[in-house]
Amino acid sequence: MDVLTLSRIQFAVATMFHFLFVPLTIGLALIVAIMETYWVRTGNEIYKKMAKFWGKLFLINFAIGIVTGLTLEFQFGTNWSRYSTYVGDIFGSLLAIEATVAFFLESTFIAVWFFGWNKISKKLHCVSIWIVALASIMSAYWIIAANAWMQHPVGYELRNGRAELVDFLAVVTQRFAVYEFVHVLGGCFMVGGFFVMGISAWHLLKEQNTDFFGRSFKIASIFSTVAAFLVIGLGHMNASILYDTQPAKLAAMEAHWETGKSVPMYLLTWPDEKNSTNYFQTLKVPGMLSLLATNNITAELKGLKEWAPEDRPPVLVSFLTFRLMVGLGMVMMGISLFAVVMRERIREFPWFLKICVYAIPLPYLANELGWVLAEMGRQPWIVYGLMKTRDAVSIIPSSYVLVTLIGFIFVYGLLGAVDFYLLFKIARRGPDFTGGLKLEKKTNTATGGSHA
Amino acid sequence: MLETTWFILWGLLWAIYLASDGFDFGLGTLLPFLGRSEGDRKLIVNSMGPFWDGNEVWLVTAGGVTFAAFPRTYATMFSAMYIPLMLLLFALIFRGVAFEFRAKVDSARWRRIWDGCLFVGSAAPAVLLGVFFANLFAGIPIDAQGVLQGGLIDFLHPYALLGGVLFLTLFIVHGALWLAIMVEGDLLERALHVARTFWPASIITVVLFLLTSTYRTDLFTNYLNHPWLFLILVFAVAAFIMTRVFLARRSLWPAFTASALAIGSTALFGVVGMFPNTLISSINPMYNVTAFNSASSALTLKIMLGIALAVLPVVIGYQGWVYYRFGRKLKLEELEDGHSY
Repeated sequence: MDVLTLSRIQFAVATMFHFLFVPLTIGLALIVAIMETYWVRTGNEIYKKMAKFWGKLFLINFAIGIVTGLTLEFQFGTNWSRYSTYVGDIFGSLLAIEATVAFFLESTFIAVWFFGWNKISKKLHCVSIWIVALASIMSAYWIIAANAWMQHPVGYELRNGRAELVDFLAVVTQRFAVYEFVHVLGGCFMVGGFFVMGISAWHLLKEQNTDFFGRSFKIASIFSTVAAFLVIGLGHMNASILYDTQPAKLAAMEAHWETGKSVPMYLLTWPDEKNSTNYFQTLKVPGMLSLLATNNITAELKGLKEWAPEDRPPVLVSFLTFRLMVGLGMVMMGISLFAVVMRERIREFPWFLKICVYAIPLPYLANELGWVLAEMGRQPWIVYGLMKTRDAVSIIPSSYVLVTLIGFIFVYGLLGAVDFYLLFKIARRGPDFTGGLKLEKKTNTATGGSHA
Repeated sequence: MLETTWFILWGLLWAIYLASDGFDFGLGTLLPFLGRSEGDRKLIVNSMGPFWDGNEVWLVTAGGVTFAAFPRTYATMFSAMYIPLMLLLFALIFRGVAFEFRAKVDSARWRRIWDGCLFVGSAAPAVLLGVFFANLFAGIPIDAQGVLQGGLIDFLHPYALLGGVLFLTLFIVHGALWLAIMVEGDLLERALHVARTFWPASIITVVLFLLTSTYRTDLFTNYLNHPWLFLILVFAVAAFIMTRVFLARRSLWPAFTASALAIGSTALFGVVGMFPNTLISSINPMYNVTAFNSASSALTLKIMLGIALAVLPVVIGYQGWVYYRFGRKLKLEELEDGHSY
C-alpha cells in the first residue's frame, strides 16, 4: 500500500481510538464535578463516595485519552506534513491555543484532584474537578474549531502557497464550529450519562448499594436527557448547515443523485455507487429532504451527479453512518426520556435497567459513526474545496508508516484491553472497594461488593 | 522582529519542557535502581505523581507552537524525523499509562510490568530527546523540499549519541535531586548518593558535548559574533556548579532549582546557537529551514504572541503552586489511602 492509504488508515485508527476516551473524559468529568458539588453543599458523605468511585473510573479512562491525544499532535507533522505546511497558520494556531489555555489546566488540576483528597480543602478540591471539567470542554472547542475549519474554511487568504489567517474571529466563531461543538459536546455528555446509568443499572439489578447507585442513576438520567436534546437539536442544524457548506456530503448522506426541487426522502434505500443511482428506493416522504435541509419543502437540492465521480465522497459509507447515527440518537433519546421520567422508581423496571446496561456502548458507537461521516463525507478534500487529501500526505517511505501502523494497532489493542479489564472490574466491585484489584482467580467475596 | 521573538519563545518553551519533564524522566530511569522494595518504588513513582502530566504538556505546547509559529519547521521536523519521534511517542504512551495502571491491581507481577514500562518510557525519551537535539544542532540531511535524504542511521552519529548520554546524565542528577526533596531516611541518602555520583559524569559529558559542538556544529558562530550571548553559557556553568554546591550543603530545593536552570540554559544555549535556523540541512545550507522562511503570517504570530504572553505566566503560576503545595515529604503510610499511584 502507498503512503497515502497507510497514513489514512493510521490516522483513522489513532483518531477513532482516541475518541473512545475523549467523550467519557468530557462527560464524566462534569458528572463527577456535579456529585462533588452536592457533597460540598450538603455535606452528605454518599456524594463524596460517588465522586470517588466514578472519579476512579474517570482517571483510568483519562490516562489513555491523554497519551492517545499526543499521537494526534505528532501525526499532523509526521504523516501530513504538506497539510501542516499549508494550514499551520490557522490550524496549528488553534492546536497551540488548545494546549496553552486548556490542556495545561486539565492536566495540572486532575493531579491536584487525585492527589489532593487529604491535602487541600474541600472547596478547593471541588474547584479543581470543575477546572478539569470546564478545561476539557474548552479544549474541545479549540479542537472542534480546527476541525470545522477543515470542513468549512473561513477567515483566510491564499498567499505564499498556503492559507494565511486574515480574520481570527471568523475562524473561532463561525457557525460551523459552534454547531459542531455543541453537537459533539452533547455526544460526549451522552457517553458519560449512559456510562453512569448503565453501571448503576447493573448494580441496581443486583440490589447492591441501591441508595448510592439510585442517586447516581438519577443524576445521569437528567444529564443524558439534556445531552440527547443537545445532540439531536444540533444534529439537525449541523445537517442543514451542510446545504450551504458541503452540499456533496449532504447528498451522499441521503444517497441523493439528481438535482431537483421538493426532494423527497425515501425511508428505505440502498445506494449503488458504481452506477450513480440507488438499487432501490421506497417509502417516499414527499419534499422531506428539502424540508429537513432548508426548512422549505420546495427547495432545490443538488444531487451527487453535480460532481465528477472522483470529487464525490464515498456514498455508501456516508449514507450508512448517517442513518445509523441518527437511528442510535433516536433510540438513546427514548432511553433517556424513559429514565428521566421514571427516575424516582426506576427499580420497578428491571427490564429497562437491563437495557441501560446494554446501552452503554451505543453512544460510543454513535460518536464514532458521526466522526466517520464528518471526515469521510468531506473527501476527497482534507480542507474542503482547498486541498485534496492526496496532496496533503508527507513524502516518507511507506515502510515507515506500515511499521508504525502495526505498532499502533498492537499498542492500542493492548491499552484497550487493559482499560476494558480495569473499568469492568472496578465498576463491578462498586464503591466499597478501595485499593488494587486482586489478580487471583478466586476473588475474596468480602471484597466482592456484595454488602449492600 | 516577530519571528525573532517567536524563535526566542520557542527556545524558552523547549528549555522549560526539558527542565521540568527532565526530572521525571531521570527519576523513572532510576526507578529500578533506587527502588529496592515495593515501598521505595511506590515513593519514587508518587514523588512525580502530581507533576509529570503537567510537565508533559510543555512538550505538547512546544510542539503546538512549532506548528503554529513555524509550520514548515513543524512539518519538516516531524516528517524527516518520523521514526525517532514515533519512538518517543510510543515511549511516552507506555509511560503515561504506567503511572495510572500500576496500583490498580494488587499484584507484584502487575506492578513489575508497569514499572518496567515506566523505566523504558523514561530512559528512552531522555536519550531520544538528546539525540533529537544533537541532530537539530548538527543538521540533518534534508533537501530543498525538506524531505529526508537518508536513513535512520544518519541520526545515530557519535555526536548524537553523546547528546543522548548528556540528557540522560543531566536528567538522572535532576531526578535524584527531586527524589531527595520528596523522601526521607535511607531512600533520601541513596538519592543524594546518586546525585553526587552522576554530577561529575554530567559535567564531563557537558564539556565533551560543547567541545565536540565546536567542530561538529556551527553553534558557536552566533556567540562569536555577539560575545555577550556567552552570558547564557556562563549562566549554565554557574548553575551546574551551584547545583553541586547546594548539594554538598544539602540545600535540596536550591540544588534542584539550580539543576533545572542548568538544564534549561543548556538547551537555550543550543537553540540560540542555531538562530535563525530551526532545522539545519547537512546537505546544503541553502535548504535550511529558518524562523524567517518557515514563519506563519504576521497576524498569526501577533495573535499567538498575545495569547502566549497572557496565558503562560498564569500557567507557570498555577504549576508553581502545585509544586509548592505537593512538593512535600511523602510518607508511605499516607500513600496507602487509595489516592496514589
